[in-house]
Amino acid sequence: MSPRRTRATALRVLRQLRHDPRTIVLLLAVPCVLQVLVRALFADSPSVFQSLGVPLLGLFPFVAMFIVTSITMLRERTSGTLERLLTTPLARGDLLVGYALAFALVAAAQATLVSALSFGLLGLESGHRPLSVIALAIANAVLGMALGLFASAFARTEFQAVQFMPAFVLPQILLCGLIVSRDEMAEWLRVISAVLPLTYAYDALARLASSDELTARFWADVAIVVGVTVVALVLGAATLRRRTP
Amino acid sequence: MSAAISVRGLRVERGGREVLHAIDLDVEHGRVTGLLGPSGSGKTTLMRAVVGVQLVAGGSVVVLESNAGTPALRQRVGYQTQDPSVYGDLTVDENLQYFATVLGASRPRVTEVVGLVGLDGLERQLAGSLSGGEHARLSLATVLLNEPDVLVLDEPTVGLDPMLRRDLWGFFHELATGGTTLLVSSHVMDEADRCDDLVLLQEGRVLVSGTPEGLKRETGTVDLDAAFLSLIDAADGTP
Repeated sequence: MSPRRTRATALRVLRQLRHDPRTIVLLLAVPCVLQVLVRALFADSPSVFQSLGVPLLGLFPFVAMFIVTSITMLRERTSGTLERLLTTPLARGDLLVGYALAFALVAAAQATLVSALSFGLLGLESGHRPLSVIALAIANAVLGMALGLFASAFARTEFQAVQFMPAFVLPQILLCGLIVSRDEMAEWLRVISAVLPLTYAYDALARLASSDELTARFWADVAIVVGVTVVALVLGAATLRRRTP
Repeated sequence: MSAAISVRGLRVERGGREVLHAIDLDVEHGRVTGLLGPSGSGKTTLMRAVVGVQLVAGGSVVVLESNAGTPALRQRVGYQTQDPSVYGDLTVDENLQYFATVLGASRPRVTEVVGLVGLDGLERQLAGSLSGGEHARLSLATVLLNEPDVLVLDEPTVGLDPMLRRDLWGFFHELATGGTTLLVSSHVMDEADRCDDLVLLQEGRVLVSGTPEGLKRETGTVDLDAAFLSLIDAADGTP
């Protein structure tokens, strides 16, 4: 791997995005609008917004980066640019880390904007510093990116890639504890939720939302999120074959 | 000196059926070798094997005395895919800058290749909005950036107007004079006369190979186009 090639790849991905201003606006504005909707929905019960607001802040970038990455990588596979790149000295790690850096930056912008809106205007409060919420949101974005990258290997068309969002992401959102607390789930659902990475991302965010002291459990959550990201990136790298049939 | 590209007994299977059958082929240094054949004859598969992105079932492909696809060759072998593999949502300049960094080419070289393929003045245009010919030339430019020793070009002149085709073939010969080895595929038989050496591929087999003059002598015609068509028909068993 070479830092120059990794940096060039990250820059290239950001430049592609810059030529697509509508996507940038959608990436930044949609989570803000959704957060405003949630706030309005629970106007009469502010405590619900307080418990939902912080986890949602961290989940938006996860969902957005999953979709964006799986489509971008699929395009790279189908347009021939991936095959072309794999005949050059570019290492697969350069490509993956380049993507991760670019999308982490986008996620940082997204999370910062939604945080500013939520904490500044919508009256959301967190027991911990907003900066730690943003940091966790970025970690979630990179997790979403890594899973999207891996998922893209199994899609042949953009239609399939888009369907992976409900297939890979929605079950995780349903089972992570956001909608029904994990303690109240049937045993078999709890078992499934225990192997889904988003469960730990949600748990960490919920702990940041409360004013309780951060325990070892929080750091275990963060370690699992980071660990799954690394595993997904390694698996994603394995799907980037230089030699294909 | 051994051949720049040396293929021995190459067999490739795709979708459970053999598409290249024991190919033997030598491509000499500093020459323009044309790989001709009808579409579906295995040209792209053979080229993919030469650049080392094709899973092969047997045989060997040696390029510049290393096995095809070894890391050291990635700097020395340039591959232009059949479809222009550049980023449509980046400008000409941004595409070239990215590939230049990946290939370790300098910034002045980017300006140079823009001139070589005649894309001056289009640097700031999005690749996706270029015409077919400009798009293909941009794809070629990205391959020229690091001045590779071996160029593998898959149908680089397809869909281009006659003048542009003539210019490109002239350019290929300039590169060959400078020492570059070129393997260029085409399904247009009238391009055969522009090559130094020819390989005619038919249904995954080398039907015939040699220089244009040698082939004309052998078949007793002055027209390579007619010579090839009769060879292909003969191999097919049709009159």
